[in-house]
Amino acid sequence: MMRSAPDPQTGGTARFPSLPLPPRAGAGLKPEHVDQILADTQRIGFLEVHAENYMGDGGAPHRALTAIRREFPLSVHGVGLSIGSESGIDHAHLERLARVVERYEPAMVSEHLAWSSHDAGYFNDLLPVPYNAETLARVVAHVGRIQDRLKRHILIENPSTYVAFEETTMSEADFIREIATRSGCGLLLDVNNVFVSATNHGWKPLQYLRRFPLELVEEIHLAGHAEDTDDEGDVLLIDAHDRPVADAVWKLYEIVISQTGALPTLIEWDNDVPDWPVLRREARLADAILDRLGPASLLGSRHAAE
Amino acid sequence: MPPSEPARRSAQSEFSAALINPDLPPPVGVSGPRGKGARKRFAVYRNTVTVTRIDALADIFPAVQRLVGADFFRGMARIYLAQEPPVSAVLFEYGQGLAAFLERFEPVSELPYLPDVSRLERAWLDAFHAADADPLAPAALGAVPAEDLGDLTFTPHPAARMVRSRTAAVSIFSASREQRPLETIRPLEPEDGLITRPAHEVQVRLLPPGAADFFKALMTGATLAEAATLALGRQPGFDLPAAISAMLEAGIFSACSLSPAKTEHPQ
Repeated sequence: MMRSAPDPQTGGTARFPSLPLPPRAGAGLKPEHVDQILADTQRIGFLEVHAENYMGDGGAPHRALTAIRREFPLSVHGVGLSIGSESGIDHAHLERLARVVERYEPAMVSEHLAWSSHDAGYFNDLLPVPYNAETLARVVAHVGRIQDRLKRHILIENPSTYVAFEETTMSEADFIREIATRSGCGLLLDVNNVFVSATNHGWKPLQYLRRFPLELVEEIHLAGHAEDTDDEGDVLLIDAHDRPVADAVWKLYEIVISQTGALPTLIEWDNDVPDWPVLRREARLADAILDRLGPASLLGSRHAAE
Repeated sequence: MPPSEPARRSAQSEFSAALINPDLPPPVGVSGPRGKGARKRFAVYRNTVTVTRIDALADIFPAVQRLVGADFFRGMARIYLAQEPPVSAVLFEYGQGLAAFLERFEPVSELPYLPDVSRLERAWLDAFHAADADPLAPAALGAVPAEDLGDLTFTPHPAARMVRSRTAAVSIFSASREQRPLETIRPLEPEDGLITRPAHEVQVRLLPPGAADFFKALMTGATLAEAATLALGRQPGFDLPAAISAMLEAGIFSACSLSPAKTEHPQ
């Protein structure tokens, strides 16, 4: 790869400008939106990509992402490292992630509190872990290994879950706080996931947020969810990412922002992807909340990126 | 039974087994809150795993799906998935073994072109993600003295692939991808397909007789003279000038050089 000498102005290389994630709304990047995003006069705050989609050597995906990265702050969000896996972090996959990070010098790198790979292959889903000392030690070790390899700190995202484990001994919020405290990672708070998991497990979302270490949150995710029912006929929410953000999730987001101040906020819409103006409209709704509630927040306005 | 009994399989092994086998109950120790059942809850994971894996396969092989129909494709994909699940989180690399599976899969034995159509689709996606390189410029050949041309060897472009078929797989692939009718295609006509990415778009070409022998020889390191002799030997009507201009237009190669034998021992 061609690389230039370090640029004293940015502290990085001159290949891309140094652009931290702003405390504004961003969008998940879809190939079909790239031209419109680049031409849009109402510029989106930042873009986020799934790292795995850019693990090829070259071609159209890299050409598009290079054009985006030159003009917009970028967040790289991994979906395949399987941080909760009993069988450890896959060396080859971590190397692939490192290559994406070296190639694009993103403002942020994040992954999930979940597992997705086992001997039976790659499941392409974010599977749950029990919250106890054994899982905690494993996840902390894995996050440490990732941060050592990438030579930077990453964010870990709270999951949406549908089942509980008898082996769980800690609350999810406490478990996530311990991961961050012991590994030094930051947190990505997915407000839709809080709402989905709280509904599915009979928690109160506000109680969850009261326990959650909001001071460690550096980015927020918002997405739409679908509604189903469980064995007893009660509501079971599915983290579908296929529709607008629900009103109840916007309300929860307002509460979060009024406490944390403005934070980079991603709209995720991965299935039944709409036209760009529809996705941008969701982002503008988040921007309006950030403008209205961010400055008056309890913790004060913070900039997530260093 | 205590959940942490030492001899039992690991929790994620149990979870994995139940994910891919719908006949198994949810794993031991997995429930809804406050002792609620986990059957439908666990099925959310099971469904996501199955559906998104099949969707990934359908995204990679749209022509195969069109040729067999969506319902048949999804049923067939389940069987393939059970035999050869994806091993990597890089799902666009999945399906390397689908062609071999289709060759053995009795219900599609009446569609003899199907395995090679799937090879073309797999090669198309490999070409799409291949490393970037400028194709060999025509001027590079022009700069070589005429007497040295026969000793040239070529570096394949990272996106270049070839699929040789005993069926009309190339025509069927192209018609299927472009949603054109298939009726006029004679399915048992042998065809050779060339996959390249000369600029930004992946291209699939149907090669004239002899061209595949010629390009294959060049791609595996033969000199221009050796490749031409081989192609002419197999196909007396082989059109060398046309093949060379097609080779430059398609961008099969990214560089050329005089072969070591020539440079070490001039004349």
